[in-house]
This record gives sequence, C-alpha cells and structure tokens, in this order.
Amino acid sequence: MATKQKTKQKFSKDQWLAIGFLAPSILLILVFVYGFISWTGYVSLSNWNTIVPDFSFAGLKNYLYLFSDFRFQSDLRNMLFFTILFIGAVIILGLGLAILLDKKIKGESFFRNIFLFPMALSFVVTGVVWQWLLNPSTGVNNFLKTFGIEPLWYTDTNILAGFQWGQIEFGVPVAILSIVVASAWQMTGFALAMYLAGLRGIPEELREAARMDGASELQIYRKIILPQLRPITASVVIMMAHISLKIFDLIYAMTGPGANFVTDVPGLYMFETTFRGNYYAHGAAIAIIMLLAVAIFIVPYLWNNRRADS
Amino acid sequence: MKGEDKLKKIWVLAVLMMTALIFAACSSDDAASSDEGSDSGEGGEEGTTVEIFSWWTGAGEEDGLLALIDLFKEKHPDIEVENAAVAGGAGTNAKAVLASRMQGDDPPSTFQVHGGEELNASWVAAGKMQPLNDFYEENDLMDKFPEDLIDLVSDDGNIYSVPVNIHRSNVIFYNKAVFEENGIEVPKTFDEFFAVADELEAAGVTPLALGDKNSWPATQILENILLAKLGPDDYKGLFSGDVAFDDPRVVESVETFGQMLDYMNDDHASRVWQDAAQLVAEGEAAMTVMGDWAKGYFSNDLNLTVNEDFGYVTTPETEGLFMVITDTFGLPKGIENEEATKEFLKVLASVEGQDTFNPLKGSIPARVDADESKYDEYGKDAMDDFKNADALAPSIAHGSAAPEGFLTKMNQAVNIFVTQRDVDQLVNALVNASSEF
Repeated sequence: MATKQKTKQKFSKDQWLAIGFLAPSILLILVFVYGFISWTGYVSLSNWNTIVPDFSFAGLKNYLYLFSDFRFQSDLRNMLFFTILFIGAVIILGLGLAILLDKKIKGESFFRNIFLFPMALSFVVTGVVWQWLLNPSTGVNNFLKTFGIEPLWYTDTNILAGFQWGQIEFGVPVAILSIVVASAWQMTGFALAMYLAGLRGIPEELREAARMDGASELQIYRKIILPQLRPITASVVIMMAHISLKIFDLIYAMTGPGANFVTDVPGLYMFETTFRGNYYAHGAAIAIIMLLAVAIFIVPYLWNNRRADS
Repeated sequence: MKGEDKLKKIWVLAVLMMTALIFAACSSDDAASSDEGSDSGEGGEEGTTVEIFSWWTGAGEEDGLLALIDLFKEKHPDIEVENAAVAGGAGTNAKAVLASRMQGDDPPSTFQVHGGEELNASWVAAGKMQPLNDFYEENDLMDKFPEDLIDLVSDDGNIYSVPVNIHRSNVIFYNKAVFEENGIEVPKTFDEFFAVADELEAAGVTPLALGDKNSWPATQILENILLAKLGPDDYKGLFSGDVAFDDPRVVESVETFGQMLDYMNDDHASRVWQDAAQLVAEGEAAMTVMGDWAKGYFSNDLNLTVNEDFGYVTTPETEGLFMVITDTFGLPKGIENEEATKEFLKVLASVEGQDTFNPLKGSIPARVDADESKYDEYGKDAMDDFKNADALAPSIAHGSAAPEGFLTKMNQAVNIFVTQRDVDQLVNALVNASSEF
C-alpha cells in the first residue's frame, strides 16, 4: 500500500504540469521534425523521380547520381568556399568592430545600432538590395564605367586559383565574393553584439593586472582577452555555419544559380530539382546531404556542451 | 499564497489553450464537411463552386483571367468562382502547390497547364485527368482548333484539355531605329544573321540581347535553332525517339547556338528577359529572341509602338513555322462539381471567352474563327501566321515538347554551355536526358 502511494507521488504536481506542457510540443516535434526527416531519408532511397510517386527501393542511386553531377559538384565547391569566407569575414569584422566599440567611444549605442540594423532585414531583401547595388549596368557601376572600370561583380564566371578536379574547376568563384559581401553585411552585427558582450564580461582588473606586469596592449589582447572570447567564437561559428550551409533566400534573390553554376548552392539545386523537375528522390537526397553537412558542425558542439554541463 | 496564485493562472492558461486547440480542430472539420455538402450538388445548383487554379497574377494576364471570370459569372450567376491563382515566376510556385494538391487527392476544379508534355507526361500519365473527347464533340470543337494543336493536348487518341490561348516563341524582336541608322536589313537566315551581327558589332551595338539569369531564354534560342535545322517533323522526332540527340544536325545546331552567343551582351547572367528586352528598347542592343509576351512588355510597360519603335520577325529559317506555347485547362478526376466545371470550360472554349481573355493577356486565341478586329497589329499578324502555318512545333523551353524532368536537365546543360561552350558536353547531356522519354 505504502509503496503504491510512493510511486503515485513520484512526480510532484509541478512536474506533472511541466510534462503536460511539454508533451504536445514533444509530440509535434517527433512527428514534424524527426518524422519528416525520416520520411525525407526514405524518399531519398526511392525511385520517386517523376510526378507519380514510386517508393521502390533504389539504394544509394540518387546519392551516386548527385556526386557525379556537375551541378552538385559545383554546389559543394561553392558551399565550401562560401562557408569559409562568410564565417571568416563575419568573425574578423565582428571582432574588429567590437574591439573598437569597446574603447568607450562617443555615440557607441548609435554605432552599435547601425551595425545591428541589417539583421532586422530578411535575407530576401538583402539579396534584392545588393543585386541592385552590384548590378553591372546600374548605379555605381555606371559611374565606374566612365572611368573605364567595368566590374562584373556577381556575373563573373571566373574561378580564382582554380585547378581541374573531376569535372569542375576547384577554386574560389569570383561571383561568390559578392554574396559573401552581402551576407557578411547582414550578419556582422550579430557577431559584433556577441563579442561586445564578451568583452564587457572580462573584468577590468585582469587588464590592470597585466598592465602592471608591463604587458603591451597587443599582448593583453593576444594573451588575455582573445582566449577568453573562445566560447563566443564557437557560438558564432555554429550560428553562421548553419546559416551558410542552408542558405537559399539570399542567393535566390540575388544571383540565382549563376552562369556555369558559380553561385549555385545545394539549397537552390534542391528547390529547382524537386519543384521544377519533379525529381523528388534527388531533392530528398540533397536535403539529407545538407542535413549531414550541418550536423558535422552542430554535433561536436552539442557534445562539447553536454560534457561541459556534466 | 503567491505561488498558488501563479499555479492557478498557469492552469487557466493551459485550459484555455487546450480549448482553443480543440475548437480549431473542430472548426476545420466543420468547414471540410460543409464544403463537401455544397460541392456534391449538380452543376447549376445553388452554392456550387468552381475553383480555377492558375499562375496568372501578373499585369495583363490577371486582367484577362478576371475578365474571363466575369464573363462566366454573367452566364452562370448561380455558380461561385474561386480564383486560386498562385503567384511566382513562370508558374514554379503554382506547379509545386498543384503537385502537392494533386498528390493529396485534393485537385482544384480545373487548372492551368501548358499543352503538351507538361500535361501528358505528368498528370495524364499519373491517371489524374479525365478525357474530354465527348466534351469536344458535344460543343462542336473538333474543327475549331488546328489539328496540330488538338494533337498537342491529346495522348493516345484522347483529348485532355481545352486550349485558351496561343503564344509564339520563335520571334526576334528588334529595334527599328538601330537597323535604319545602320542601313541594314533584318536577318532571315543564319548567314544573314551573322553578317548583320558583325556589322552591328562594328557599329558599337550589341547584336543580340539575352537575359539568362533564368536559363530558359537561352534554351529558347537553342530550340528555335533546332527547329530551323531539323525541320518540324524531325524536330518532333527528337521527342518521339525517331531522331537521336546526337544527330549531326543537332550538333550543328549547338555549334550555331554557340556562335550566336558570341554576339550577346556581357552582363547576360545578371539580366532576366525583360532586362534584355529593355536593352533593345533603349537601342543598346539590336535584337532579342523572345516569345511574343515580349510584345506586351514593349507596348504596355515601355509604351513603344509596334512597327514604329520595334519590329518583329521569325527567328532565322523558321518562317512559316510556329513554335507554339498554349495554356490549357483540363478536368481532373475526382472533383465533385464536374458539371459546373464543364460549364467553365465551355466558356473558355467559346469565341466570346477567348476574345475576352486574349486581347488583355496579349496572346492570340487558340480558336481559328475568333474575331480578328479585337487584336492589335501584332496579334492580327500572329493570328494569320497561326492559321496558315506550315506546321506547329511544341516548345521545349515551355514544357510542351518534353517532360519537365528533361527540361530541367536541358536548362542545366545550356547554363553550363553558355560559359564553357563545350559542344560535345551539351550534346551528351541532351542524349542522357532524353532517356527520360
């Protein structure tokens, strides 16, 4: 009797309440996130490549097709360089600006807002605006033309330092740089805010102590401040990586796949191949590959956090 | 005490949320069941709804659709019309929405689809469409459309949709002033085209404006060259399997295509077709290959006059041929208001319906007996050409000649070709893609 009572009271009223509140969302997430991921994985192994569903098992056929496809190889190259350049730019610019703002300059909040404002925009808007700004035949480019400079910005089909690798030229597509500019313009504010918070969190006494020991400002940053900002850098990298690996809207609005697919990314390819070409299995395979690409960044981070927690 | 209050509040909130959820679930059920009730009625009955699905949301096309709906309401005041237009370039979004609705067995009453493979290879092949042979017989339509056109909307002897309009895509639009100033004639053959292009380039004018930010305008040039080099029968043979895609004439077409691309504007990849047309309007470029919706863009958006500011001519060596794009409406299986939908198709197929819609949309009627006086100079010309054409050829770039899957792959291959100019690569890609059908 007594034991029964005990099991009944295993959860307190509060805990029951918590379970009641969480259950619907857990259920929804199970179905609409993990259920659909599994469904996508299932479709990616099927032969469903017309408008008529065909769930016969195809094995890895769709994946093999993709990795031998010129467009997808270009996508992977673009994704790689875009991710590296974008994250690099956001971190360097964000950290640089944060250090400058941390010097307690006048009108700090004004500058902080200016750098944060772009984040309020949607990527589609950013894409359209930068497309106007960089269009080879309008605006500032018309002005440059009078000096004989005709930059092609995002329509350039050249690939920097390229060497042939399989079917594709492996190197940095020039057109990607314009997208890096636009996306970094949008997201630098985020890194700035994170780093600024981090810098403010470092007690002044530490710097004072270092100065007393005769360290130069540069040494203080290198040896004391930057190492303390490491967790922040990790968060910024994670946040930016999942944006850059999944990016669709900015590029769709700004350049599309680009000539010779120099600005194409898996997201665009997935959209076009699924909803224009009705290659549902190919589209699902691309989606799964994108998921894995993001997982490569996220999983070690989560793992690390878990370890830190316990 | 305070803690208890908080707890109470949370409980109230939770209960409220639960009821809201339950209500939401119930009300959607209600809506669904009441819909069924009203839809199950026969045509003409009170409360019947016809849902018309299209991607006509742009200027001109939307006006045409709304005028057509008004005409229908006038004739059938007892039938409700639901205009389910989905915005988005060339129907990409609409097609995705349509696909999910058709696969979920929730078809609209009737939907816009390009005649040809876009209809046949997908919806007809999937067994989702009803044949309309009886409808054609009853309404005496068999001799009102050209035979080639009825063939285009038929599969295995069954007719599956009703064409409402015709667009032509083997047209070069050119700037009249540019040609007059340089004292040159509009080219009719490829030799003439290249001669003219050299002269124009020497005069500092871009000979050919192209906007291939979306790759279909480039594909459209290639399909016109294929039609010219192969002739209408062998061109169609490419898609029936009678002519292989590595035929020497295909290779020659691709070579010519590459040669033509040498004369295009440098910033083609940043432009869409309207931007390319604008280059022609401004006189920076001389010609652009585009479907005749470009006429609507020139006269409505840029306020230019036909045959004064800009002229038109068929693409090289396709005179007498008509690269046809037709918007059609079919009858899906499993809809509940079939009779009412047929009434709508009747209006769509009538001379009155076609003459209401097309002058606004900027296309020409699919019927050969429509009223020419309702159309402008270009429209009259195109109508004559359509009636007297030696042959109609289905467009690849607009989904009539080949399934969407082939088109996607061809667009990709063309996109690569535009920069790499590798003839073999493009031909191989076409051969591989043609295993689709």
